[in-house]
Amino acid sequence: MQFTVNGHTTYCYTGGKPLDAAKPTVVFIHGALGDHSVWILQSRYFANHGWNVLAPDLPGHSRSDGAPPASVAAAADFTVALIRAAGLGAVALVGHSFGSLIALEVAAREPALVNQLVLIGTAFPMKVSDALLEGSVNSPVKTMEMVNVFSRATLAAPPSFLGPGTWVYGGSLALAKRVFAHNTSANVFHASFKACNDYLGGEAAMAQVQCPVLFILGAVDQMTPPKAAQGLVKLAQGRAAPTKVVTVNSGHHQMTEAPEETLAALRGFLSP
Amino acid sequence: MAGYSDPGFDTLALHAGASPDPATGARAVPIHLTTSFVFESSEHAQSLFNLERAGHVYSRISNPTNAVLEQRVAALEGGIGAITVASGQAALHLSVATLMGAGSHIVASTALYGGSQNLLHYTMRRFGIDTTFVKPGDIDGWRAAVRPNTKLFFGETVGNPGLDVLDIPTVSAIAHEASVPLLVDSTLTSPWLMKPFEHGADLVYHSATKFLSGHGTVIGGIVVDAGSFDWAGAHAKTGKFAELAEPYDGFHNMVFTEESTVGAFLLRARREGLRDFGACMSPHTAWLILQGVETLPLRMAQHMRNTQKVVEFLAGNSFVSRVGHPMLDTHPSHALAQKLLPRGAGSVFSFDLKGNRDQGKKFVETLKIFSHLANVGDCRSLVIHPASTTHFRMTDEALAAGGITQGTIRLSIGLEDADDLIDDLKRALKAAEKLA
Repeated sequence: MQFTVNGHTTYCYTGGKPLDAAKPTVVFIHGALGDHSVWILQSRYFANHGWNVLAPDLPGHSRSDGAPPASVAAAADFTVALIRAAGLGAVALVGHSFGSLIALEVAAREPALVNQLVLIGTAFPMKVSDALLEGSVNSPVKTMEMVNVFSRATLAAPPSFLGPGTWVYGGSLALAKRVFAHNTSANVFHASFKACNDYLGGEAAMAQVQCPVLFILGAVDQMTPPKAAQGLVKLAQGRAAPTKVVTVNSGHHQMTEAPEETLAALRGFLSP
Repeated sequence: MAGYSDPGFDTLALHAGASPDPATGARAVPIHLTTSFVFESSEHAQSLFNLERAGHVYSRISNPTNAVLEQRVAALEGGIGAITVASGQAALHLSVATLMGAGSHIVASTALYGGSQNLLHYTMRRFGIDTTFVKPGDIDGWRAAVRPNTKLFFGETVGNPGLDVLDIPTVSAIAHEASVPLLVDSTLTSPWLMKPFEHGADLVYHSATKFLSGHGTVIGGIVVDAGSFDWAGAHAKTGKFAELAEPYDGFHNMVFTEESTVGAFLLRARREGLRDFGACMSPHTAWLILQGVETLPLRMAQHMRNTQKVVEFLAGNSFVSRVGHPMLDTHPSHALAQKLLPRGAGSVFSFDLKGNRDQGKKFVETLKIFSHLANVGDCRSLVIHPASTTHFRMTDEALAAGGITQGTIRLSIGLEDADDLIDDLKRALKAAEKLA
C-alpha cells in the first residue's frame, strides 16, 4: 500500500490486507539497511490476527521515495506524518535498532498517537564507532559485511523469514546490499548510522513516554548489548505506565534469529 | 560464534545450519524421518500454513534435516537460502517452473549435461517454454539470443563435455541488461572451487548426487538463491516475473516480492514448486549428503591434487591425442579458468585415445581401480567410454559434432593414491594400444 507522506511516495506492507478503521493498528519501523521485509513473520502474523499492519520502508529505502532521514528527529517527523496520513488513530509502535530510537522519539513527541511502544535491539546512547561511520562512506560493502558479523549470534538459526532452509546470515547481508544499491542518490547506510550516533534525546524522550513499553533484547547482541539498554529500561520502569523486558536468544536480529520468541513477546504484550 | 570476519568455508561446512540437538544433546544432525509435525493448536496450524510463523508442517515442503543441508549449502555458496529436491534434474525443473510458464524463453549454453539438454530441448518445449542454445564462449550469441519473452540465462560452470568455462561475469552482465537472472549448474565445481554468486550469478543448483554427497550413495539436488536479483524491478521495467511480483491466487494472493525483498524466488519455489510438483528429497538422503558436505573441503583438495597428476601423466602419454582439462594451456578455457577457478576446474574431464571404438572398449575393460559406470563426483575414480555406452547409437559424424571421438574417454578422478590411478591407466593404455 502506498501513502504520500511529506510529498513523497511511501510504501507500507500491510500483510496483504486492506486497512480497517475498526481494528487496532501496529506500525513496525525497521533499522539501518533494512526495509519492511525484516518484519515478514511478525507483520504477517498480526495482519492475520485482528490488526491493521503498517510496515513502511523508511524514506529513501527500497520502495519509498525521498531522502533517507538524516536524524532520529527527521525519521520521527516522517513516522508521525505517516501515522496521520493513515488516519487510523493511535497505534502500537514497534521499532528495531535505529527504528527503536525513531519509535521512542515518536512516542515521546506524540503521546496521543502511540498507545503501546516496543523497542527491539535498542540502546541509548546508540553510539557507532568512528571506524564504522567512516567505513559506511569509504568502504560500505566491506563495512556491511563486518556489521553483519557483529549482528549475528548463530550459524544455526531456527526456521526464519523464508521458512525452513533460510540462511539468515546471508539474508540480512543480501537485503543490506540491496537497500544500499537501490538508492543511487544518497548513502542510506551512513545516514542511518550517523543518525543513531548523533541522537542525544533518548533519556529525555523516555521520560515523556506515557504508554506501556516492552523491551525485546538479544541475549548475545553485540551491536546493542542488553546492558546498553539498561539506562532506558530503568527510566521506563520509573514511570507510571507498565514496562516489560524480554530477553530472547539472539544477536541483533531478534526477528530472524529468534522469530518465535520475538513473536511470543509481542503477542504477550500488545493488546488491541 | 561472533567474531570480526565471516566464518571460513571449512567451518561452515561443519557447522552452518546445525547446533547440538536441544532435545537430546545429539551432536550430529538427527535424521527426522517423519512425514509430518504436530501442531501446538489449530491457531498454530493456521499460522504455519499462512506463513505467519516459520516451521515444519509436512516433509514434502520442509523437514528439519533437509533444512540443515539447505542452510549449509546456502552458506557455502554465499546465498540466502536453499531448497533441497529429489535430484539435480528436479532442481533445474524447479528453477524453470518457478520463473516462467508457457510462452517463455530461455537462453542456455550448448555445453550442458545431456539430461539438462533433454529437459530444455524436448520436454519444456512441449510445455511451451522454448530454449535457444548458444555456445558458452559466444558472448555476442548470448546477447543476440535474447527475446522479449526471455526469462532466464542458464549454463554450467564448466560445460559438458569439453569443460568450457562459463564466463559468468560477462554472461551475467548481459543477462542483467536484459532484466533476467543467470542460473548456473555448479555440480562439477562445487562451492569449494567456485562460488558463482561472487561472479554475478543469481541462482545456483547442484546435482548433490555428485561432489556434495561425494560417496556415490544417493540421488539429490539443491537450488540456492543469492538474493541478488531484483524481481520487482525487472517486473516494473519489463512485465516479466509476474509469478513473483503479482498476487498469486494459488497462495492467498501473496505477492512474493512484497513479502520478501530478497527471497521471493525461494518463497514461491517452496510454496508452489514443492507443494505441486512434489520432487522432494528424503531426510535420509539429506543426512547422507550432509555427511559428504562436512568433508567437502578435504575431498575437493584431494580430487584436485590427483587430477593434476593424472592430467600431467595423460598429457605426456604417446597414445593420448588430447586431454581436455582447462589446467592445460592448450585448452581454450585455460585463461578463463585461471581467473575464475584458481583452485582448479574440477576432476571430471575427457581425453582421446589414438584408437578406434574397440580400443576404447579395451581400455575401459582393462582398468581395475576405475569403475566403469555412468556417474561422476564419487570418492572412487570412475570411467566411461561414450562411444560404446551413452552415445553408442551415434555415427562418427554425430559423435564429432558433440566433440566426441571413438577414442574419447571420460574420467572422474577420485581420492585414491594418485600413483595407483596412474599405474591403472598405464596398464589400460598399453592394452588398448596393443589391440591395434
